[in-house]
Amino acid sequence: MSDDTFSAMRQSIIDGAPDQASELAQQAVAAGIAPLDAINHGYVPGMHAVGEQFARGQMYLPDMMASAEAMRSAMAVLDPELKKLGAERSMEGVVVLGTTKGDIHEIGKMLVGTLLTAHGFRVHDLGVDVAGDTFAAKAREFGADIVGVSALLTTTMRNQKGVIEALEKAGLRSQVKVMVGGAPVTRRWAEEIGADGYAKDAMSAVALARELMQQKIQKQQQTQSPVVESA
Amino acid sequence: MRPKLALLDQPLIERILAEAFQLIEDPGVRVAPDVVELLRAAGVTVHDGVAHIPEDVARRSLALAPREFYLYDRSGKPAVHYGGDNVHFDPGSSCLNILDPATQQARPAQSADLVRLVQVAEMLPQFAAQSTAMVCNDVPQEIGDWYRLLLVLWYSEKPVVTGAFSASSLHTLLELLALESGSSAALRNKPRAIFDVCPSPPLNWSEFASENLVELARAGVPAEIVSVPMAGATAPVTLAGSVVQHAAECISGITIHQLAQAGAPIVWGGAPAIFDMRTGKTPMGAIETAMLDVACAQVGKYLGLPTHAYMVAGDGRVIDAQSEMESGMSAVLGALAGINMISGAGMLDFLACHSIEKLVIDAEAIASAQRLIEGIESRTESLAVAMFAQTGLHGDFLKLKETRALFRQEQHFPSAIIDRGLPSMDGTTPGILDRAQQRVEQLLSTYTRHPLAPEREQEIIAFAQREAGKAGLEGLPEILRPQYVGEPRLI
Repeated sequence: MSDDTFSAMRQSIIDGAPDQASELAQQAVAAGIAPLDAINHGYVPGMHAVGEQFARGQMYLPDMMASAEAMRSAMAVLDPELKKLGAERSMEGVVVLGTTKGDIHEIGKMLVGTLLTAHGFRVHDLGVDVAGDTFAAKAREFGADIVGVSALLTTTMRNQKGVIEALEKAGLRSQVKVMVGGAPVTRRWAEEIGADGYAKDAMSAVALARELMQQKIQKQQQTQSPVVESA
Repeated sequence: MRPKLALLDQPLIERILAEAFQLIEDPGVRVAPDVVELLRAAGVTVHDGVAHIPEDVARRSLALAPREFYLYDRSGKPAVHYGGDNVHFDPGSSCLNILDPATQQARPAQSADLVRLVQVAEMLPQFAAQSTAMVCNDVPQEIGDWYRLLLVLWYSEKPVVTGAFSASSLHTLLELLALESGSSAALRNKPRAIFDVCPSPPLNWSEFASENLVELARAGVPAEIVSVPMAGATAPVTLAGSVVQHAAECISGITIHQLAQAGAPIVWGGAPAIFDMRTGKTPMGAIETAMLDVACAQVGKYLGLPTHAYMVAGDGRVIDAQSEMESGMSAVLGALAGINMISGAGMLDFLACHSIEKLVIDAEAIASAQRLIEGIESRTESLAVAMFAQTGLHGDFLKLKETRALFRQEQHFPSAIIDRGLPSMDGTTPGILDRAQQRVEQLLSTYTRHPLAPEREQEIIAFAQREAGKAGLEGLPEILRPQYVGEPRLI
């Protein structure tokens, strides 16, 4: 596969062109190109470029949404091929995302999901009005590293605590980092309910997710390393 | 001549309304189960929680809504006149944080902050009404809505723009207001408060919002629709398209409200905003947000309804040139648009933070806007010739009796917030923040609380203690036990 093709894949993401992204993916499959190569050398660099341009204020949210859609189109072609080969993409982490019970506001969460995807996370968006038990069940099902809980209203914000309680009840709390966000949410509230982090907007949610993944990896390394007893 | 700002011509308003009526029928409006029967009885089809409201049903409801009504102060005098081109301002509401007066850093608001703000707003004639401006973080969340109203009623005599946090708590707020007014009938007769009720964009009257509309209509307490289309996110990206959505949300809300109780007072209002495509934030200080406010109000006025908008708030995170530029422009535009109630003064950081210092600065912008809409009048028989006849070409107008008689009507005199080179400011060069802090302290030092009748205060305290007790709150933060009950102390 030529660099030109990878470059075209990258550009299809930057341009937010789902049809083109899908077509290039189909051509790659027909040409016998390894799906992981198409993803890692073509499409993922496109999403990284989008994320960087957005962070610099050179790209706007509708462009970003179109890029995410283009990525989904490409993956709709490539994911089944990966499965056939038993291969798997390396991801920054697995995030389960949703808006709390009683709250139907989606935009903030959707932006966080899009940006996390753009930065290499595998995101499972549970939608709006999600009960704590559902968060816990889906976190288990998808092997989540992070659960992100959004709330727009002061009245539904308190249900973020319920999600943490549900994770504790399910015995998952030690394995899953919890981040919270939404207009009324503050760092103080996050600390009060025992969340692992708070992000004030979508871009800082990405930085937080990366930080939480580092914490998680460090913790895993510590628990896996042999205990050295002093003589 | 009263100067007026209009952004829409009549054909465009007609197109906006035509599309709004189309939207409420198809795709329709999501409504709560509680109002389904109410709508069906009026001939509205409801399928799967979505009401398809025919234009004729909506138009009948619009015709029933009052063209004007008043809010009353504690003494029972009309103090806010909703309707026509009357313009009033109130501080922004329901803020979670405050810019700390000492550090100028944002922190969670406390009861004491709300009391301070209410006392300052009470002393400023620019604010015809108070608002339940902050969520008090030292009070349990479940009683947060009525407790902030209690504090406003305790420390203010002005009308109040307020709102409930849930369907169930509305009853508690209405009970408190009825106690303060003397009875539910007295409250209905001379309402002291108006309740903001927010549909969820797009076109969704949630259970909470639907029930609030119905309950307020039946209680005869005014409701203010706060429709919040975010252009490009939860509403069409075009300003005209978002105005259509705002109209559709208001018309459907008024339909539910008037079907619950025909003739109950309701306001065509909102807090529309653009959605910043770089950050996902909703800038309240953006010029396009102000344009949305003006245009939405213009549609409401075209229907002859009382109007509201969320303006004067700035988006800077501190008191700076940005936030004051935004607030000043917005105040002027809102006043020129003749919007009956303009909420938002004092707020910063995309409505996330209140500042009492900003409130007193905004009051100056509001005073200027109020002066602007008084317009230019011909106060003398000849405009200038008679005065020239007295002075000739000496031009000594300062000595003329007309000058002395009329300068107070012609000129607005701002407070010391505005640096006009007053002698008292000689030798000092305080910045705007210093001047604002001094102004706040000066207003607080002149504030005096006027108690209610003793028996009424005792009833209110008994009510508050009972309700607070249910939430496990010991004592009543920032409420002083009246002297006739014993030594003044915090309850």
